[in-house]
Amino acid sequence: MATRALSTRKGATTAVGIDHVRPGWRMAGRYVVLGIVALAVLLPVYTTVVAALKPGGKVLDRPFVPEHLTLSVLRDAWTEGRLGRYLWNSAIVATVVTVAQLVTSVLAAYAFAFLRFPLKAFWFAVFLATLLVPLETTLVVNRRTIDSLDWLNTYQGLAVPFLATAFGTFLMRQVFLQIPTELREAARMDGLGHFGFLREVALPLVRPTLGALALFSFLASWNQYLWPNLITTEEDMNTVQTGLRLLNSSVPDIERFNVPIAGTIIAALPIAIVLVIFQRQLVRGLTAGAVKG
Amino acid sequence: MSRRLREWSLAAAMLLPSIVVLVTFVLYPLGRAIFLGRQRCDAQAQNCRTNGWRQYIDVAQSDEFRHALWVTVKFALLTVPAGVALGLGLAVLADKQLRGMRVFRTVFSSTVATSVAVASLMWLFLLQPSRGVLANIGWLNELFPVMKNPGLLNDPGTALTSVAVSSVWANLGFTFIVVTAGLQSIPRELHESAYVDGAGPWRRFREVTVPMLSPTLVFVAVVLTSRAFQAYGEIDLLTNGGPTPQDSTTTLTYLVYGSSSLARNDAGLQSSVAVLLFVVLLALSALQLRGLGRRTHYGN
Repeated sequence: MATRALSTRKGATTAVGIDHVRPGWRMAGRYVVLGIVALAVLLPVYTTVVAALKPGGKVLDRPFVPEHLTLSVLRDAWTEGRLGRYLWNSAIVATVVTVAQLVTSVLAAYAFAFLRFPLKAFWFAVFLATLLVPLETTLVVNRRTIDSLDWLNTYQGLAVPFLATAFGTFLMRQVFLQIPTELREAARMDGLGHFGFLREVALPLVRPTLGALALFSFLASWNQYLWPNLITTEEDMNTVQTGLRLLNSSVPDIERFNVPIAGTIIAALPIAIVLVIFQRQLVRGLTAGAVKG
Repeated sequence: MSRRLREWSLAAAMLLPSIVVLVTFVLYPLGRAIFLGRQRCDAQAQNCRTNGWRQYIDVAQSDEFRHALWVTVKFALLTVPAGVALGLGLAVLADKQLRGMRVFRTVFSSTVATSVAVASLMWLFLLQPSRGVLANIGWLNELFPVMKNPGLLNDPGTALTSVAVSSVWANLGFTFIVVTAGLQSIPRELHESAYVDGAGPWRRFREVTVPMLSPTLVFVAVVLTSRAFQAYGEIDLLTNGGPTPQDSTTTLTYLVYGSSSLARNDAGLQSSVAVLLFVVLLALSALQLRGLGRRTHYGN
């Protein structure tokens, strides 16, 4: 009765009513379920980390017990897998793609949101149409295009097809449209042209969305798998994803079979760190598509 | 130059970079692939001869295509409902302001940091028959002999499900984060008034949480479906489209690009399957828009 009376009032006290989970088996049940699932989710990561820290011959004896620990397998994976080189390649491509997508999206979004020009509806439809085309449908021909430009095994080849995105354009247009027209008017009174307004007023206002788009673009580019596989034949030009594939396709003896496994840990680490730093942008970026356009 | 003309040229300059990229690398390849799909060629797309539009019908009716389509549909059915249910269930369980929930949330979100290559290799290490972790656990092995011989990824009965499990795991981070964000945007007053009306936790879940969350759940389902239909990396790394000869995990995308795929050496065939994949996805999004949109509560 007491909790029910409290919950009818507004404010912090109401939390007591709903969030109050009866202590006892129900509460314990929640923790047990969450705990079991959490262990299951952690299992692949945990076994991989343990395996990466043991000599190959010892890995399968007791796969869940961290013993005979050594860093030599990680070191081997780093040098033999050439992961430094591949992480660098991935970082270059993902950075170029991210910066370019921000610039092209902001520019196109600004035109759609604030400018009047002929055939606007047509161009809008063209951008929209590109969202319907799956990547996998275009890559057969894109590989030929990149080949005919002589861009196989180059950074241009990896990055150029992804320098613009309709998704980013619509996302930025959406937030530009929420800027009150009074601000645009005021900026014009102050003698600001379009670029002045964009730089001084619009961009600072949409910074959170810009950050979310940046992280989303970076992650999508970093995680690309099929495209780098299609246009990379020289070892030097692998990204970290295709590099892992390459490392895994070498079949070493049982003493060293965990070298590729150690490689996945090294490959996953940088992006894990990036995501911890940019948590807030991540949530915004992932949920961005859920916002009605 | 008049003001209007200046505005036009400014718009053109701002749109041009995007248009050049999108036309060159999205729309042109689509059109070109539609055209190429009528032909039989070699791998370099040289020496093509046309079969006409009939080739699309032939490909669509071929055993390989229908098999790959069926595998893809099965893969979507294995990953999407399970992925949505798991994300929703865990997000609701971990939503309460209780001690330790931050830890659980971090764990469930964590798989978002794995790329398809990282996630697949981790699962390969768990699942492979001779040097895999699961196959080397004695009691588990006696319970499920298939783990060692021929191995979960090498048995036609379990291969696709095993790939699906790794895929659900890899997508959990995304699903969990998005559903949790959706939960937090549900106004507290709704839960409170339901509580005052005497609704228990299960009823509040069914009659407040799920309806208010439906746009989020639709979004998650749409994303997971399109990921399932475009799955490539996990299949390339875990099964290579096999086990053969059943090709139990040859999905549509793998049929186009897979290293052991028939179409790989013929740019014409590749294109026709790729275009048919586009058509299937288009039909699917039309269905999803109509079917789910009607039953979705979009708030205010």
